[in-house]
Amino acid sequence: MKYSILIYATPETAARFQGPEGAQYLSQWQPFIKALTDAGVYITGAGLQPPDTATTLRFNGDKRLVQDGPYADTKEQLGGFYMIDVPDLDAALEWAARTPRLPGQAFEVRPNLPAAGN
Amino acid sequence: MSEAARRAVERAARDSRARLLAFLAARSRAVAASEDALSDAFRAALENWPRHGVPDNPEAWLLTAARRRLIDTARHEKVHALATPELIAALDEARVMSGDEMHAFPDERLKLLFVCAHPAIDAAARTPLMLQTVLGLDAARIASAFLVKPSAMGQRLTRAKTKIRDAGIAFEIPRSDQLPERLDAVLEAIYAAYGSGWDDIAGADPRRRGLVTEALELGALLVRLLPDQPEARGLSALMLYCESRRDARRGPDGEYVPLSGQETTRWSMPMIEQADRLLREAGLMGRIGRFQLEAAIQSVHAQRARTGATDWESIALLYEGLVRIAPTVGARVGRAAAAAQARDPQTGWALLQQIPAEAGAGYQPYWALAAHLLDRMDRPDEARAARERAIGLCEDPAMRAFLLGRA
Repeated sequence: MKYSILIYATPETAARFQGPEGAQYLSQWQPFIKALTDAGVYITGAGLQPPDTATTLRFNGDKRLVQDGPYADTKEQLGGFYMIDVPDLDAALEWAARTPRLPGQAFEVRPNLPAAGN
Repeated sequence: MSEAARRAVERAARDSRARLLAFLAARSRAVAASEDALSDAFRAALENWPRHGVPDNPEAWLLTAARRRLIDTARHEKVHALATPELIAALDEARVMSGDEMHAFPDERLKLLFVCAHPAIDAAARTPLMLQTVLGLDAARIASAFLVKPSAMGQRLTRAKTKIRDAGIAFEIPRSDQLPERLDAVLEAIYAAYGSGWDDIAGADPRRRGLVTEALELGALLVRLLPDQPEARGLSALMLYCESRRDARRGPDGEYVPLSGQETTRWSMPMIEQADRLLREAGLMGRIGRFQLEAAIQSVHAQRARTGATDWESIALLYEGLVRIAPTVGARVGRAAAAAQARDPQTGWALLQQIPAEAGAGYQPYWALAAHLLDRMDRPDEARAARERAIGLCEDPAMRAFLLGRA
């Protein structure tokens, strides 16, 4: 089954990215992706620029409404995600638990819908 | 003939339903669809067996019928079409086994118990899910035991089953490094079923009392399925000790009788002996745990039936151990009560004061003990205030009457 692991962070956590802690955190990602790839479970993933770089597109009927800022006006914001193919939820949770992390981050594990045509 | 056939269906439903469901659900991960398929299979058996005779292997017949139905459902379901090839392959295994190997048809109920108490399942749904899938209780009966509307309970159960299927929760025995934690959740869920009956000390609601039997049954099943896990035995022992005193908790007019005032001749000695045996067996495995300690505390209380006295020193010591591994508010209040009995009310009071206010605030036994200790320390005004809080937090009319009688 394919799962997406969505990585959320509070603004305080996001602020840590700037300092030396952030550099150390980011350096953990390459070996982690390698571990996922070596295990044959990695599909894709990306880290995202901070929420203040986001632009949200909505529709009022057919009329486009473009707004500055992220979709969800919540404290915790999506900071990145990766997608894996593993047998079950426990396996997905196990990988999620190994994800490089900073204090205050949370990981949402969501099964993907089966791809169309399957 | 038809009477014999009907009885055979009933017997299969009673003895094999949970094993058949666990087998089908473990392979399809579709608990609700497996339940439906199994219901259809039992319905077909009621029609078919009286006419054509009871098959040599009723379980194999039911499994084949349910499997066919489940595959049909999977084929018709568009969204979860992906599961179909795996499902058919997995269930083919069932067909192979429908032959001679059927007698060795594996018991997957333990996996089902672990799925029901999986941390990814809403905690409020775990016990109900167990009661429904493993014991076959209907949602209305479970709802009344947990004091929620049947429709709400139905939704909670449906949501949990959908989550198992769509989130891909595996039917697996957890790896040994995860087993203790996952087993705890199973034990908690079973104990919650027991608690739903126990809280109702009044026994005023017969439907609530009913779940006690179910909890004991689940506990006994877990001991059989996990014979080398001492905590499974600990939980069964704990429930049996509590259950042994059910009749004694009420006076002739239905009034509440606290443990210290109970007539031990009204305790069930067979239950106490069974609990003693389970606890002894658990102890031989050399791995202590929360439920064994709680059972041990109750076993000391049970000894009053033989010795005529309560060994509060031992109880206080056991509570020390319990608070160390499971510092729940219940354990901490128990420790304070035991220390007050073993030594003096001041010692108990000091321990009670260590409990964070927010933890004790809504916990009835905290205030009942506070009132009792303040009385013994000759602080009547504070005792009265504490007693009022205890009375206000009472759910049980008999307990309320008991506390009012002391006021």
